[in-house]
Amino acid sequence: MLFPYLLRFADNGLILSQRLGEWCGHGPVLEEDIALTNVALDLLGHARMWYGYAAEVEGNRRGEDDLAFFRDAGDFHNLLLLEQPNGDFAVTMARQFYFDVWHVELLRALSGSADMRIRGIAEKAWKEAMYHLERSVDWVIRLGDGTVESHQRMQIAADSLWMYTGEMFEMDDVDNQMLAQGVGVDLAALRGPWRDRVSSVFAAATLTFPAATWMQTGGKSGRHTEKLGYILAEMQHLQRMYPGCTW
Amino acid sequence: MTEWPLWEIFVRSQHGLAHKHAGSLRATDAAMAMKNARDVYTRRNEGTSIWVVKSQDITASDPGAKDELFTSAAGKIYRHPTFFPMPEGVKNI
Repeated sequence: MLFPYLLRFADNGLILSQRLGEWCGHGPVLEEDIALTNVALDLLGHARMWYGYAAEVEGNRRGEDDLAFFRDAGDFHNLLLLEQPNGDFAVTMARQFYFDVWHVELLRALSGSADMRIRGIAEKAWKEAMYHLERSVDWVIRLGDGTVESHQRMQIAADSLWMYTGEMFEMDDVDNQMLAQGVGVDLAALRGPWRDRVSSVFAAATLTFPAATWMQTGGKSGRHTEKLGYILAEMQHLQRMYPGCTW
Repeated sequence: MTEWPLWEIFVRSQHGLAHKHAGSLRATDAAMAMKNARDVYTRRNEGTSIWVVKSQDITASDPGAKDELFTSAAGKIYRHPTFFPMPEGVKNI
């Protein structure tokens, strides 16, 4: 159970990193272009640590590159939220904000894991996640409490991604077993702090807290939106065409 | 779209004692300038401290007035501390 548990965190980092990487060279301003790719690289760093540990747990049959480049969509376990397209800058920031609030809470909880390797990775990643959160909070407030157009776009973005947020707090068999062993965390318990933070930031941003209650789910068990296939096609094609190729 | 104001960025490096000019960037306000400076100028582990200053708040000397400002000092080498013997153990001069 530890292997699939680690793979979820790794896939979250990799897929969001790949999405953010799409902004490279397309950022609204040069400074933001660099900042977004910095976040992407931080997340890729986290993914590598999770994949590295997962590969060891699996018995080193596959390395981190194999896990990233030679699995198909059905074997990826990232949150649906993170594979959603970048959209406009507000959509990218809404996605980032929803994730960052959760990510910080998750890593804080994982820092108390009985598994020392998990604890080490979580403690290291938490510091970076805190900065990501600071940035995304800042942008959500700036755009929400900005011009008429930026406010509208931020609200639409917040609403359109809302249905992908429920999945973050779901507990399945893997989660329950890991929790029982003291290795994993109670994701359901993160919902309260997450909602409080999101709601206070939305208030500061003059945004309306989304009212919808229906939630889309499936990423953790490998049932993805069709968007993931396109991400993988772009991300994996080089390694699939020329297996083992390096820079 | 109007262009955002320009900011000058000063970074104190790992071993440096003083902040040094690292470059400039654009941001709508000081808080954004600070974040952008962190991302643009300290991403390769260069810094331990950052100052941001609006470019327009810097008063610069007139490049055309070099002669009257600086040539007088050029001939006065005795103003350099190296002109005097250094006591042993004195650092950071």
